Amino acid sequence: MKKNHRIAVIVIATVLIIMSGILLFSGFGSSERIDIVGSTSVQPVAEKLVEEYKITHPNANINVQGGGSSVGIKSVHEGSAEIGTSSKELDDNEKEGLKEYELGQDGIVLAVNRNNDVSDLTSTQLKDIFSGKITNWKEVGGNDGKIHVIVREEGSGTLDAFKSIVMGNTKIKSDAIVQSSTEAVKQSVKQDENAIGFVSFAHMSDDVKSLSIEGVAPSTESIADGSYELKRPFLFLVKGEPSGDLKDFIDWINSTEADNVLKGEKIIKSK
Amino acid sequence: MSKLTSETIMEKSLFIIALFSCLVILLIISFIFIEAFPAIQEYGIAQFLFGNIWAPNEGQFGVFAMIIGSLYVTFIALLMSVPLSLSCAIFMAEVASSKVRKFLKPVIQTLSGIPSVVFGFFGLILLVPFIRSQFGGTGFGILTAAIILSIMILPTIISVSYDSLRAVPQDYKEASLGLGATNWQTIRRVVFPSALPGIITSIILGMGRAVGETLAVLMVIGNVAKIPASILSPARTLTSNIALEMNYAIGIHYNALFATAVVLFIVIISLLIIANHIQRKYSMDIGGGTL
Repeated sequence: MKKNHRIAVIVIATVLIIMSGILLFSGFGSSERIDIVGSTSVQPVAEKLVEEYKITHPNANINVQGGGSSVGIKSVHEGSAEIGTSSKELDDNEKEGLKEYELGQDGIVLAVNRNNDVSDLTSTQLKDIFSGKITNWKEVGGNDGKIHVIVREEGSGTLDAFKSIVMGNTKIKSDAIVQSSTEAVKQSVKQDENAIGFVSFAHMSDDVKSLSIEGVAPSTESIADGSYELKRPFLFLVKGEPSGDLKDFIDWINSTEADNVLKGEKIIKSK
Repeated sequence: MSKLTSETIMEKSLFIIALFSCLVILLIISFIFIEAFPAIQEYGIAQFLFGNIWAPNEGQFGVFAMIIGSLYVTFIALLMSVPLSLSCAIFMAEVASSKVRKFLKPVIQTLSGIPSVVFGFFGLILLVPFIRSQFGGTGFGILTAAIILSIMILPTIISVSYDSLRAVPQDYKEASLGLGATNWQTIRRVVFPSALPGIITSIILGMGRAVGETLAVLMVIGNVAKIPASILSPARTLTSNIALEMNYAIGIHYNALFATAVVLFIVIISLLIIANHIQRKYSMDIGGGTL
């Protein structure tokens, strides 16, 4: 009987090992693997692009990951990713040896409640509100009410962009409410007359009011021609000249199909 | 194939599968500890546990405010939930007619089936504005999160304590009633004390659920990584800290989130050990065996 035990155990173990082996290795195709790593704001757009690309190129092996713009730049420099993505402009140091492909521009919109009387802020006022220097809507021409600042979580691409474009070296006040998604920020602003938050232009909707900055309202035109200040580029970064499968994908990004995807995601082509 | 062989195969495959699930748990635990280690080593355990500032971009990883946040929310939630759910369990077990009981049980079970994101959304849309209009402030905070949590842990506490109340031997009750005690006296002096270990277990299970709840809390607590000044101030819990930042974290920040998970893990494991201990200790004292 003992022998039977052992045979049974061996048979089952073998089956399990073979099954897990099949599961593990079936994912590997024949194409070159392309890793797209970087900005969490570019990530969903890149995922949509890859999805569309795979319709015409079913063998493509492309993986999209987040990490943040600085991770994207670093990984493409180090060669751990074929494409790095960034949602901020690169400085000269970072640019070295990289080729930039701009997908388009995205605006950052300041959202307030529809019942808020304030409709225009200067960049300085905006900075003071988020740093905690201005705490009442009265100080910027609105009704008497304590300003409830809503920000995004540490690491979010939108927060990064907001910090670098608006805040500079000033810190956002530490008791600002943190919400974990664009949708949660909008919901919070929608139900609070005294709230202010920021969302990406692509995700803006009518249930909250957008503020003009320095007298310019955010719109497709004002972002494209650069008159609206709070905007950032969506970049693909490649080290050296792309070749092979990578070149095919990069070339495809300028095609009409890719353009339609970008339009669907409300990414604005700059003029 | 003989009957014995097939029996053996069955037995062995069940054994392997059981072994597998144990292995998975061990793997997860060791993974969490291994990933957490660099952060604790680099940042220092005392600084990590008792540090007050959480600013990953500046290399500050103090989780003390979040430990306080988690415990504060859980405590307030229990304060609201325990009296409610115990009265409900006593009513269902001892007072209600079987018709009412048949109606109440499935209703409470449904409550436990509602996904936490629904609770969170409900809180964000209805409770946050309500708290803001009643008490001022932003509406996001400990109180809002505690109210949502107290509703979420109701079914856990009710059903476990209901079961232990029902498990009190009929003899005890009959003896008490036979001595001339009223129904209420019987419940208070006989049934409730006999069921106490089970009731304590139910509270601890509810506490575990409250500490571990992530999404619903994340949506209504405001997530400010500071020690809350009052019951209305926003705070951040251990779980919401992990969920908020996991998507982007890299390097030591990533390890620090795993270290947060280790803290959480230790809190929950100690609660479970306490629950087990209480259950074992009291059930022997009573001698009923079934409790």
